Amino acid sequence: MNATKQEMIEKLRRDLLDWEGFRPLAPEEQPFFGLGPIEQAFPNRVFPTGALHEFISTRPEFTAAIGGFIAGVLQTLLEKGGVCVWVSYTRRIYPPALKRFGISPDRIIFIDVAREKDVLWVTEEALKCSGIAAVICETRLLSFMESRRLQLAIEQSRVTGFILRKDAKILNTTACTARWTVKPLRSRLRPGMPGVGYPRWQVELLKVKNGQPGSWILEWKNNSFLHPQQEQMVQPDTQRHYA
Amino acid sequence: MPKRFVSIWFKYLLTDREAIRLKSLRDVPVAFTEPDHGRMMVMAMNNHAENCGVRPGMAAADVRVIAPGIQLFENKAGRNIKLLKGLAEWCLRYTPLVMVDPPDGLLLDVTGCTHLKGGEIEFLKDMVSRLKALGYTIRPGMADTIGCAWAVARCAESGLIVPPGGQRNALMPLPPFSLRLSLDLLTKLRELGFYQVGSFIHLPKSVLKRRFGGNMVLRLYQALGQEAEFLLPLKEPVPYSERVALLEPIRTREVIETTVHALIDTLCKRLYGEGLGLRSAVLTYLRIDGKSGQLSIGTNHPSQRTDHIFKLFALQFDQVAPGLGIELFILDAPKTESASDKQNLLWNGKPAADSEEVAELLDNVGARVGKDQIHRYLPQEHHWPERVAGNTTDLTEKPESDWPEDKIRPVQLLEPPEPIEAMALTPDYAPRQFVYRNERHIIVNADGPERIGEEWWIEDGGYRDYYVAEDEQGMRYWLFGTAADQPGQTRRWFIHGYFP
Repeated sequence: MNATKQEMIEKLRRDLLDWEGFRPLAPEEQPFFGLGPIEQAFPNRVFPTGALHEFISTRPEFTAAIGGFIAGVLQTLLEKGGVCVWVSYTRRIYPPALKRFGISPDRIIFIDVAREKDVLWVTEEALKCSGIAAVICETRLLSFMESRRLQLAIEQSRVTGFILRKDAKILNTTACTARWTVKPLRSRLRPGMPGVGYPRWQVELLKVKNGQPGSWILEWKNNSFLHPQQEQMVQPDTQRHYA
Repeated sequence: MPKRFVSIWFKYLLTDREAIRLKSLRDVPVAFTEPDHGRMMVMAMNNHAENCGVRPGMAAADVRVIAPGIQLFENKAGRNIKLLKGLAEWCLRYTPLVMVDPPDGLLLDVTGCTHLKGGEIEFLKDMVSRLKALGYTIRPGMADTIGCAWAVARCAESGLIVPPGGQRNALMPLPPFSLRLSLDLLTKLRELGFYQVGSFIHLPKSVLKRRFGGNMVLRLYQALGQEAEFLLPLKEPVPYSERVALLEPIRTREVIETTVHALIDTLCKRLYGEGLGLRSAVLTYLRIDGKSGQLSIGTNHPSQRTDHIFKLFALQFDQVAPGLGIELFILDAPKTESASDKQNLLWNGKPAADSEEVAELLDNVGARVGKDQIHRYLPQEHHWPERVAGNTTDLTEKPESDWPEDKIRPVQLLEPPEPIEAMALTPDYAPRQFVYRNERHIIVNADGPERIGEEWWIEDGGYRDYYVAEDEQGMRYWLFGTAADQPGQTRRWFIHGYFP
């Protein structure tokens, strides 16, 4: 009896996700993002592709960190080919830097619109096009209705969308699957070594549908994400191995 | 297929135009004058003036005596050509091949067009009555050759439609003027007593040539159809062009949309049959009042999909001003390319930047925000940070070199760099702290300097010493100090970007 109840709840959970327009890929199709513990926070324990992710930034430094994080995720999304569209109103992204995150900058199509209100129109058009791997949209405002429109477009096309909200003053409710902030942290080096280390961020998942919000520390090293806690856990093991 | 030509003679071109502008001029004698050797001479007049005895070449002062109350206007050079060009565009509704025939005529190649109006007689009737409604009095002529049509339009008493092959009979009773000869030749012919073409048409070619020169023979045989004569159309005909003429003029948006959709569909089916796709298209609409307008689109990828092309046009439908109604749509595809094999897409998985689907998206976006707003970046052989990424709007271009990977670069770049107040304790070391936008940042870690010199072959300048600096909160910046080698130079500091 207990088991059947558990099964029923599981089934209801899956149905709920389905009704909300979130259809996970089959496990063998699921790309590997290497986000480690962060992926545990999501339903089905996979980073949701074909969903809308919202990133909140209040300072240009945070925007840079978010840019790095998105680029790291994009690397996996672009592995299977395809292009990425980057829509923005005031763009400062420096394409050559993306190479460090494993993306060839010539595979991104940048659309710089002159009017702010056109950003969401272009984003919606791009999200409707299933031939695109990912759409990144830099905007300031995103109302609930607009986010709902984007979400509906995504449910048809299964494109992954990233909304980068610069200078977000008011955090209104949106239909996005997840809301993130990424803040830079002081990089770590071996004791006594001068200079600046690898990018290191405090990644916070403020909201996630059917998942567990949380906060993690993440590093970018040698073209992949690195989780410092994980590293510490692994370290004693290797030492023992060599001892 | 034997050719058929129509020559239209606008007998009162200038005065008719003036009467359209000013209704009061319809019932009074009107003439246009031109200065000639210091005198004003008449060069065109209307039928009332003609009835009074006014002829071209009369002095304006004499004309005032012959026809009291005549309205005289001064002619502007090139005015007739301008009017004819406008009328030639109007005539595109009858045939795509229209030529301006100065000083006062048009030539139309109507081969295979007349049945659309129900026959040659109806065709000419329609043309005369429509132009009459616009306010122009015309005389048309139809024949197998340009020369014969011209002659019949200007000189024939009756029989404006010459039956196929009947040029010789039609030309016989006409004066030599009808052969488009020079004034000297016409005088010579008159002096010799040749008042009709028929009186010299059977003379042997060699005799005519010896007596009157090669030009006369050429003109005669062109009119008879034994020498080729070509029509230089006003607009170069586009091989892929479709048109739809409407029985009733339309003005509502729904009907315009349906019509244009059907028109695009016809063209797309034709292109599909030939394995082509269009890269640009021009939609011309002609309004019932003689005005016209154009919409044009371009695509990134050869396309033959009706819905896509219609969508691109639909974005511009707001600009269409139907006025009293539109009676003709012409869709031209001036640029076509062979369309790629669609099966390619099935094998590739996710399509590349030049795939049809992405190209269609970019067409839509480009139509709304402007094509030049869409770009990609390609690596350039430069090391100056602002020049590393070359801007391109071409979606198929492949990078010629690899992206530099050895240097770390900021994700966000400030363009232009913004000045900061920085304090460096030791020269050639990163600053200890800096103030940017009234915020003080204490630098705890730094990498550098990386000296980047200005590319002297492009611009003369110094160098920049770049530092990667990390402040207490862990925010990473790209700072640089300017050159300070020369005496009198002080190092200035700038912030150029943010690292992730």
